[in-house]
Amino acid sequence: MFKKILIANRGEIAVRVIRACRELGITSVAVYSDVDRAAPHVRKADEAYHIGPPAATESYLNIQNILDVAKRCSADAIHPGYGFLSENAEFAQACADANLKFIGPSAASIEMMGSKTRARKAMENEGIPFVPGTSSGVDSVEQAGRVAAKIGYPVLLKAAAGGGGKGMRLVHTKEELGSALDTAQSEARRSFGDSEVYIEKALLNPRHIEMQVLADEHGNIVYLGERECSIQRRHQKVLEESPSPIVNAEMRRRMGEIAVRVAKTAAYTSAGTVEFLVDESRDFYFLEMNTRLQVEHPVTELTTGLDLVHLQIRIAAGEPSLFTQKDISLRGHAIECRIYAEDPDNNYFPSPGTISLLLDPAGPGIRLDSGVYEGWTVPIDYDPLLAKLIGYGTDRPQALSRLARALDEYFVGGIKTNLPLLRRILSQPDFQAGKVDTGYLDRLLKAETAEVKLDESVAAIAAGLFAILERPSTGANDGQGASTWKKVARLDALRETT
Amino acid sequence: MLYEVTIDGKNHHLQLERAEAGWQCRLDGLVVTLDAALNRPNVLSLLMNGKSYDIKRELTASAMNIWVGSIGYGAQIRDPRSLRGRKDGAGDNLSPRKLVAPMPGKVVRVLVREKADVEAGQGIVIVEAMKMQNEIKSPKKGILRKLLAEEGNNVNAGDVLAIVE
Repeated sequence: MFKKILIANRGEIAVRVIRACRELGITSVAVYSDVDRAAPHVRKADEAYHIGPPAATESYLNIQNILDVAKRCSADAIHPGYGFLSENAEFAQACADANLKFIGPSAASIEMMGSKTRARKAMENEGIPFVPGTSSGVDSVEQAGRVAAKIGYPVLLKAAAGGGGKGMRLVHTKEELGSALDTAQSEARRSFGDSEVYIEKALLNPRHIEMQVLADEHGNIVYLGERECSIQRRHQKVLEESPSPIVNAEMRRRMGEIAVRVAKTAAYTSAGTVEFLVDESRDFYFLEMNTRLQVEHPVTELTTGLDLVHLQIRIAAGEPSLFTQKDISLRGHAIECRIYAEDPDNNYFPSPGTISLLLDPAGPGIRLDSGVYEGWTVPIDYDPLLAKLIGYGTDRPQALSRLARALDEYFVGGIKTNLPLLRRILSQPDFQAGKVDTGYLDRLLKAETAEVKLDESVAAIAAGLFAILERPSTGANDGQGASTWKKVARLDALRETT
Repeated sequence: MLYEVTIDGKNHHLQLERAEAGWQCRLDGLVVTLDAALNRPNVLSLLMNGKSYDIKRELTASAMNIWVGSIGYGAQIRDPRSLRGRKDGAGDNLSPRKLVAPMPGKVVRVLVREKADVEAGQGIVIVEAMKMQNEIKSPKKGILRKLLAEEGNNVNAGDVLAIVE
């Protein structure tokens, strides 16, 4: 087993991995940029080292700086988290070359699945269902036109090297194809350094359902249940749940077996996710494989009772899997929402700043994976994910009610967040009925919303009370005020800081 | 104690006096008895007519919001008896308020001229950052006293863009 693991990440996932290391008795090493010196992952780790200025390219994406720290502190393994270098084959290889165990799959597996067209080509002979389309980039408008005519419009032009909606264009007619191809290719080049664009049939309102797989280094691969991730805003996930409201045991088994076959073709080890698009007839098609631990892994952990980060570490240490497919059972229902520092009144523009007041939810069935604390200044330089809030229950209605209750308890003051949007989604009848697809949230956001405000009087009275109760005591006139202030100071001193 | 309170743009007269058990309150002439306990700074438990309210006060660089449960109200408060009103920034309706850049970026458009009348929430300046445009709004109703931002300027977080009086 490893003695020391360096976590090449920040925020909530760094805290999550550090906690796993603590639980396994492994020394954890945090790295931080200039703006992350006071970040919670630094305090929670056993050791911490500075790796550069705020810009990600000069810190969390700087392979050399990270490897230098690993060498300096004699780490024996690196956990890349998600994002940043987690799917960077060059980094995985550099770790191997430096005799550091990369906690994840091999550089070769990452490389194979890193390009959507390469992944499709590799799967072609494995009997894996694909969305009809090309397995290589289009080389001309004419060729694109021929493929599109064959599979039928509407078609989707997609970047081979990346996702998140970049380099993606929906094309309804052959007249639009030429210019759509141009803009998709240039956007792909700008976003991923690779202008390769391929074509897929555009499914109407598909669901995004992904299957968690886990593979040890001795050839055992299992699937751990699916996650429904259709609530997305501009192709960024906002809410995820497990199990999917439309997947029954039989469909799960079919999807799971295909996911395992995909993982096998990639000679995969560690935790990974196979993504599918599911159409209205519940036919599913392979989309891509993510060769890393995902943001939404908690919903799988809660429904399987397994700790995926513990398992990743043990697998990387060479331990064989202690369970087979038949040992895995799913229990209950888990729903996760991602809390982002975004301004809902300004197109969800990132909203950095200092968190002046933080009230965390708790109670039955609530898990909170947070990367912030009260007083923390959210930097502009990184993805604005603050925390993940998960509600777990015996069934979906209970999970929903717990999550909704927790969202009402949750308060983040000083910066804007998407909490109001999350509360709104949970109150929607369609969402409560599980009737969602990847277009759902964008449609909901277009619909007008009128916020009903009934408590203006209460707010006015409260404003006055705050002014009185929190007024610094002058000592002279208001003896009651002084004792209140002292009480507040005492409470403040007793209050535990996380 | 007497206050002028503005909630979401609407003005209210508020009078609060300590009573035997709790507080006696007169809001716009209507009398209410209530009980209040400060849980921690900026977190208040308010009991009115048997109902329990969970209240948070949020102070940002340019504004104050009172949250009743999960609903937020823009608030400003002034003590009419004090000579200059509240001096400590947020919540004051009278003193000049600064418009501050929330993040580093570039001023791409100035929407209002100096000396023009502005409304609370009116867009004054557009700052572009991370390929997105961010409209910076006036914190209060008044006159755009001074415009410091110029189209094409680069700004840092915290830079003063304008002053509204």
